[in-house]
Amino acid sequence: MIKLTVNGKKKSFGGAPFKRLIDTLREDFALTGTKEGCGEGECGACTVLLDGEPVNSCLIPVCQAEGCKVETVESLGTPEKLSKLQAGFLACGGAQCGICTPGMLMTAQAHIRTKGKCDDKSIRTALSGNLCRCTGYQDIVKSVLKAAKGR
Amino acid sequence: MRGDAKSMTVLRPRSAAEAVKSYAKVPTAMPLAGGTDLMVGWNLGVLNGRSILDLSRVAEWKKINVVSDGIDIGSLVTHSEIQKHPVIRKRFPLLVAACGTVGAAQIQNRGTIGGNIANASPAGDTFPALAVYEATVRVLGQSGRRGVPISEIFAGVKKTTLKPGELIEAVFLPFTDTAPTRGVFRKVGTRAAQAISKTMFAGLLFNGKGGVLAEARLAFGSLAPTVRRLYAAESFLKGRKLDDKTINAAAELMTTDVSPIDDIRSTREYRLVVSRNLLIAFLKGEVK
Ligand SMILES: Cc1cc2nc3c(=O)[nH]c(=O)nc-3n(C[C@H](O)[C@H](O)[C@H](O)COP(=O)(O)OP(=O)(O)OC[C@H]3O[C@@H](n4cnc5c(N)ncnc54)[C@H](O)[C@@H]3O)c2cc1C
Ligand code: FES
Ligand code: FES
Repeated sequence: MIKLTVNGKKKSFGGAPFKRLIDTLREDFALTGTKEGCGEGECGACTVLLDGEPVNSCLIPVCQAEGCKVETVESLGTPEKLSKLQAGFLACGGAQCGICTPGMLMTAQAHIRTKGKCDDKSIRTALSGNLCRCTGYQDIVKSVLKAAKGR
Repeated sequence: MRGDAKSMTVLRPRSAAEAVKSYAKVPTAMPLAGGTDLMVGWNLGVLNGRSILDLSRVAEWKKINVVSDGIDIGSLVTHSEIQKHPVIRKRFPLLVAACGTVGAAQIQNRGTIGGNIANASPAGDTFPALAVYEATVRVLGQSGRRGVPISEIFAGVKKTTLKPGELIEAVFLPFTDTAPTRGVFRKVGTRAAQAISKTMFAGLLFNGKGGVLAEARLAFGSLAPTVRRLYAAESFLKGRKLDDKTINAAAELMTTDVSPIDDIRSTREYRLVVSRNLLIAFLKGEVK
């Protein structure tokens, strides 16, 4: 049995230890917010936080998440009560088709959580592993800036 | 085809000794560290049916130890951890810069220095820095430990000189006797993040007495199957003043040690011109 904490809840997984974290989240824990884009570490769509750090869940076998804290996009707000970051994306048009959005949100979440500075440049560096096929980068950065101002 | 998790056997040793033992028992197993290289292949289905030696529980190899004559970086230390370490930042800034150019945050948070070396890509970002710092790769096998100079660890594209059953346990960087007068790392790629380099440079200069160079250490990545020190240029520069004539002559010697190729990322010609300009700018003190 592999034990891990997902969005604050204790979970155990008894399937194949080499199952990818993304597949375990989506298929076994019914958390389908995390999306797969490339499946090769390039696009960041599958980003979740592992012990607080953004990682690509398509490159991690679930056995390597044993004993770790995993956070997915489902841990942010709810449709009724959006998180600051989600509200920022809504206000500034940070999402177009939405496929990159869960990954963008999680990477940005880790960035605005750090006490360090959060400006245009630092946001672009932090998000450089997240690709948006709709190329909505300007508005994504604006969305994160807005959320960061409300920190 | 996709990766089939059910077809995989996973060995999960809890110590270095156990890791080496398991590897000896299953010599066909693929070592796994952060997975940022291995999992890409696995996702494509090319590793189905294989055994995996997951090293991620070997706590000894996650440590960074500062000792009297240098710093020992465990093979499982990630690119992010290297960038945060105060002593590495102070003493080995070119390695810090190199780790900061590996992929993007998600890759740096998982990818390890040991995995980078074992993968032996001609474009491995940490190699030029490790070459000028004259690192030693510390290796553990059934028959014991050995240290392999960074200049001897790579056998070719994606090939190391590790013997069957050997694993990388750490990388040792010796402190230099005097602080370098100048140090630069530069990666030239298509974009700043997530791009594999077309050429990559690390250089250290040590000034001597009377305005001449005591020592130059110069290394390029992506210009040969493995990382290359510019030994010819280095020995030419030793004891000379860095005037334009000397600098140009040193740059002419570059091709004694490197031999770039045309490939999907770039041409031989482009690589040579950019690298030569980079070397000249470094020697003139124009790149910081
Ligand atoms: C999107 C993306 C971008 C990337 N960008 C860059 C880049 O810019 N620059 C760059 O240099 N690399 C890049 N990489 C490659 C990779 O991230 C790095 O090489 C990383 O350091 C590999 O470390 P790892 O721990 O993830 O290795 P793994 O994938 O776990 O292993 C890599 C190889 O090394 C072997 N191995 C691992 N650890 C050991 C050990 N201790 N002893 C013996 N063998 C071992 C494995 O068997 C495997 O063959 C990129 C990868 C991706 C997916
Ligand atoms: S799906 Fe994981 S990085 Fe693209
Ligand atoms: S919103 Fe469509 S990919 Fe980013």
